[in-house]
Amino acid sequence: MPAVTMLEAIREALFEEMERDPAVVALGEDIGVYGGAFKATEGLLAKFGPERVMDTPVSETAIVGAACGMSYLGLRPIAEMQFMDFIACCFNQITNFAAKSHYLWGAPVPMVVRGPSGGGVHGGPFHSQSPEMYFVHTPGLKVVCPSTPSDAKGLLKSAVRDNNPVLFFEHKYLYRRVKEEVPEGDYTVPIGKAVVRRAGTDLTIISYAAMAHTSLEAAEQLSREGIEAEVIDLRTLLPLDRDAILASVKKTNKLLVVHEDARTGGIAGEIAAIVCQEAFENLDAPVMRVTGLDTPIPYAPSLEERFLPNAEKVAAAARELAKY
Amino acid sequence: MSLALTRDQHLEIYYYMQLNRRLEERMERLFRQNKIVGGLYSSLGQEAVSVGAAYALEPRDWLAPMIRNIGALLVKGVKPRDIFTQHMAKSTSPTQGKDGTSHFSDLKTHHIVSPISMLGDLIPVMTGVALAGRYLGQKIVAMTWIGDGGSSTGAFHEGMSLAAAQRAPLVVVLENNQWAYSTPVARQVPLRDLADRAKAYGILSKIVDGNDVVAVYDAAKAAVEDCRAGRGPVLLEAKTMRMKGHAQHDAAEYVPRAMVDYWKPRDPLALFEKYLSEHKLWDAHRKSEIDERIDRELEEDQKFAEASPFPPPELAEQGVYCDGCHTIKAEWRRPKAEVMPPASNTEAVWKVEDFGAPVAVQRAAKPAAASGSHTSHPPKQAAAALAASKPVGKVAEKPAAPPAAEADVSSAPALRVPFGRGPKDKSFRQQQPPPPDHRNKRGRR
Repeated sequence: MPAVTMLEAIREALFEEMERDPAVVALGEDIGVYGGAFKATEGLLAKFGPERVMDTPVSETAIVGAACGMSYLGLRPIAEMQFMDFIACCFNQITNFAAKSHYLWGAPVPMVVRGPSGGGVHGGPFHSQSPEMYFVHTPGLKVVCPSTPSDAKGLLKSAVRDNNPVLFFEHKYLYRRVKEEVPEGDYTVPIGKAVVRRAGTDLTIISYAAMAHTSLEAAEQLSREGIEAEVIDLRTLLPLDRDAILASVKKTNKLLVVHEDARTGGIAGEIAAIVCQEAFENLDAPVMRVTGLDTPIPYAPSLEERFLPNAEKVAAAARELAKY
Repeated sequence: MSLALTRDQHLEIYYYMQLNRRLEERMERLFRQNKIVGGLYSSLGQEAVSVGAAYALEPRDWLAPMIRNIGALLVKGVKPRDIFTQHMAKSTSPTQGKDGTSHFSDLKTHHIVSPISMLGDLIPVMTGVALAGRYLGQKIVAMTWIGDGGSSTGAFHEGMSLAAAQRAPLVVVLENNQWAYSTPVARQVPLRDLADRAKAYGILSKIVDGNDVVAVYDAAKAAVEDCRAGRGPVLLEAKTMRMKGHAQHDAAEYVPRAMVDYWKPRDPLALFEKYLSEHKLWDAHRKSEIDERIDRELEEDQKFAEASPFPPPELAEQGVYCDGCHTIKAEWRRPKAEVMPPASNTEAVWKVEDFGAPVAVQRAAKPAAASGSHTSHPPKQAAAALAASKPVGKVAEKPAAPPAAEADVSSAPALRVPFGRGPKDKSFRQQQPPPPDHRNKRGRR
């Protein structure tokens, strides 16, 4: 099996799911003839035709709303946001309609909303955001943020087959930068399960998406200094894998959470609350976090670097933590 | 009389309108007795818009009501007990007390989609229903309602645009009841007829007297048939009047007295009763038979609702996700092979007829490929551009060396990613100040 990029893995998942089940359809802006802004849907239209791969008007609310309606008739639509920043345009449709449909009316919405998110590629303030936490705060949704090609493929397949609305955040920095062999044949990765990327004993670093790689890079630096960090990749933010978080903290007794989303209201706060309530006696140090700033994500490379966590910032915080 | 309707159908329409009216009269009494948990929204004076339009649908068609379309739900097969229990938040309600009013779905039997309180959202949702129905070969029509107020939302416009672009079999009944809460139509839209909005979407539209149930039925029936014949979507403006306030709490003092006086003699139920008599479609005996049946049914259902318990508190924690509690299965009415390769294979190129863009303009537009306006490319050039972009992709997958400063930029291949790579010199990283305040301010223990 040749190694594939995350983008290719996502494309493979789309092709395989559409081949497997004619109820799977795709819709979004420029996903057909053009193949998507990042070419994630390239070739889909040629293979599956315009009934199943729909180029839509520039109307995020219409895209997600139509996907809801389609799912009511038993289809499994995959809606693309050209950039996940634009998901703000259909916030109401997702949080008030799709998310509440099963709880209130017993009407499941088996829909995926996927698209590129995250910074580090000089996309500017409206093409670099990490808007996942708006939706983690909305019961009824599932929020997935993969960090590797094989996870992205397996999780996207799980998302398509899930009976609930799944928001699938593909970190655009990782699209072509990470490559690995993905398992052969049809496989899925379960939604709601974190994974230990690196075992360690001195402290736990919890992260997801691009920051999982940053955390691993920091852990390698720390290892050379004699600090063994355990790195957990959440993979899913909602539902959150509390067991994996608590098991690791109970082992290492120190916790650092890393995410590139803004600090206030980021997943680190929720994780800290869980750990403080469920494993307070296991903590040897305050829960720390390295996150994006509480600012919009700026454009200039020097400003964006300042905004984003990187391995040095993570390692510096981990060193402080290790001293306790 | 409408030639499309039999005598029995006329009487059935009367049954639903009177059922709608008397159901809401009972709920108003229940509201005063504090037995309705939340708000109560009256459709007094608007029954013809709900009943007449919904009566044009087949059982296989899909419908999504708004708050004043209880009549449409009754026509589609919903029982009054469901409306009573919904308003009274009882465990026997379609949502088991989780939601009220007309907010409930029935996907399997009656093909009903729930509204939400945010207006306009049903237009894209019902567009999706219509498109899925067409995709599955079900030959269904989707119908929903929107108020004069709701027709100003972004969701309405986005949904109408998508429905129009896809020629979706969707009937949107624009129920113009003159008031969005306290704001009259003239203060919302500088249009005499809201049906004119259809011109902007390039779709069919019609204006109908919303207080004449036969006219509403005829117009809706024609719209449904247009949709089934592939001429959809259709915007149907029904002009009517909200005869009560926005909800029970609202005395509607802002409505001019003269306006109420104008509409009072136009009551849709009284008009239809007169019509049935004039056309000798019934007599006093037949009318009292129907009325007695309605009262009997309502009495029984109201008693059922009043006797029902509130839901158990633990229900609040259940049902956020579908964990396999529902079976999701599409109902195919066409061969699946038609939508699977190789039958589904297509040439991935836009066909743009009667248009030729100057070649120079295309060249200039090429580097901005990310915004992807392919409609400006004639087919041949688009195909050429697509073909030309193929080998570029493979090169760009590896971080290629940036072109030298003096290189001819105009001949450089288009990037496959929407963004540049930024400066090669990353020395600005060294100027980075220390990391932000992750430290514990109290210092170490």
